[in-house]
Amino acid sequence: MTYPARIWRERHSRYRLVGVRCKKCGAIYYPPRPVCEKCKSRELEEVELPRRGKIISYTILHNPPVGYRDQAPLVFALVELENGVRVFAPLTDVDPHSVEIGMDVEAVLRRINRKEEYGVIPYALKFRPLIR
Amino acid sequence: MRKVYVVGVGYTKIGRLYHRSLKDLFAEAAWKAIEDAGNNMPQALVVGNETSSSLQDQDNLGAYLADYAGLGRIPAFKVEAACGSGGAAFYTAYALVASGLADIVMAAGVEKLSDARSSGTTSALAKAAEADYEAFYGASFTSINALIMHYYMHKYNIDYEYLAEWPVAMHEYASKNPYAHLRFKVTKEKVLSSRIIAYPLRLLDASPISDGAAAVILASEDVARKITDTPIRVAGVGMSTDHIYVAAREKLDTLVATIKAGEQAFKMAKMEPKDMDVLELHDAFSILGLISLEDLGFAEKGKAAKLFSNGAFHLGDKPTVNPSGGLKARGHPVGATGIYQIMEIAMQLRGDFPGVRVSNAEKGLAQSIGGAGTTITITILSR
Repeated sequence: MTYPARIWRERHSRYRLVGVRCKKCGAIYYPPRPVCEKCKSRELEEVELPRRGKIISYTILHNPPVGYRDQAPLVFALVELENGVRVFAPLTDVDPHSVEIGMDVEAVLRRINRKEEYGVIPYALKFRPLIR
Repeated sequence: MRKVYVVGVGYTKIGRLYHRSLKDLFAEAAWKAIEDAGNNMPQALVVGNETSSSLQDQDNLGAYLADYAGLGRIPAFKVEAACGSGGAAFYTAYALVASGLADIVMAAGVEKLSDARSSGTTSALAKAAEADYEAFYGASFTSINALIMHYYMHKYNIDYEYLAEWPVAMHEYASKNPYAHLRFKVTKEKVLSSRIIAYPLRLLDASPISDGAAAVILASEDVARKITDTPIRVAGVGMSTDHIYVAAREKLDTLVATIKAGEQAFKMAKMEPKDMDVLELHDAFSILGLISLEDLGFAEKGKAAKLFSNGAFHLGDKPTVNPSGGLKARGHPVGATGIYQIMEIAMQLRGDFPGVRVSNAEKGLAQSIGGAGTTITITILSR
């Protein structure tokens, strides 16, 4: 559901790749969470994650859900960012058949779907092949 | 804790059962189980179900089903853990009997998926994933499993050809299972040429969209002895959860929750993997069956696919995996699947499974997975 308030609550993580870092042990998490999984500290601070990384796995979804069909086939990847944190994200601006594990990618802001429930157009980061 | 026994089982045929409703399926399975348990009525009902709210507009499922099926004004509630709801419902029902809160309890599972268009069902099942950071991006459940499959194949350099052996074996078993959803055989060539739905995952790697219901009756030792000469002991149970956001997991080629739940169940049962005669693993996609064999200690990491294609874990080997046909071909009525699996192990141990039987099976294990390895229950049964 693209409730306006729900979209707004996640804006920092979705638009700027904001995660959290544990002030005690330094572990970094994405998306943000209130407790450090490793040391159970509840003192975590927001931190912007690197926008570049490598694909460690990907899939090409040929029949995406309603609201995403104009983008078919949709490519999803697990991306390991430069600091080692892993994120799940769609790929964009790429021929699906040219995607490879190990490919360097960077985050860009893109429209996510065409559901337009509640009049909101949801945006978030996708990843594209790194332009050197 | 008290000892707990399975004293009755009941089930419906699995399939796209357009003429059957959610409550109608439940009532059939429930009463077959009650009859199998010598017409002894359960004192409580725990029902596993994933999508009654999203696809059938029905919450308050415990009361709805207990009322419709005429079980009386008993305590009744739904347990939801996505496609692992059945295993989680059994775990809860086990606790009710083991604790002494009730002496005889029904653990059931029911799912009605086929009323919606496939796109609607797929969207409902995607709710098992992280809503804001996975499903939001248009990820289906299949695509998340495909990411795990691709990672695994790349890391261990496994050709797809090895994975294709799994569906062939599952369809062979299901062709002999009278209540299975996909009762036809497939060749390896057919698997290899089936449509890619989420690269590298093909249509014949995936379990079907199924309706169905199953129920087992659990009883304390005193009650079990009065009801049946063939009580099946619940020797061990274990349950674990993991990061729902798959990218947050340290390892992507293993389901840590299987390892943890398995350790608990084996410890409680005072058994080891080598003691198992028969397994029912949660192969919603072929890759999950293979990874689970490894995580439970039946194969080294990265080796299960080759072992399986060389004949290991087939009928005649110990353990035999998924003689029901598995989720792949017996079918996957999601919240009911975990109960079907436990019921199948119980029937294998009793010697009255209606499909392919593992001869003289004494011990068996069922694994129920919710989400992409997020909630996992392991149940060990013993004759």
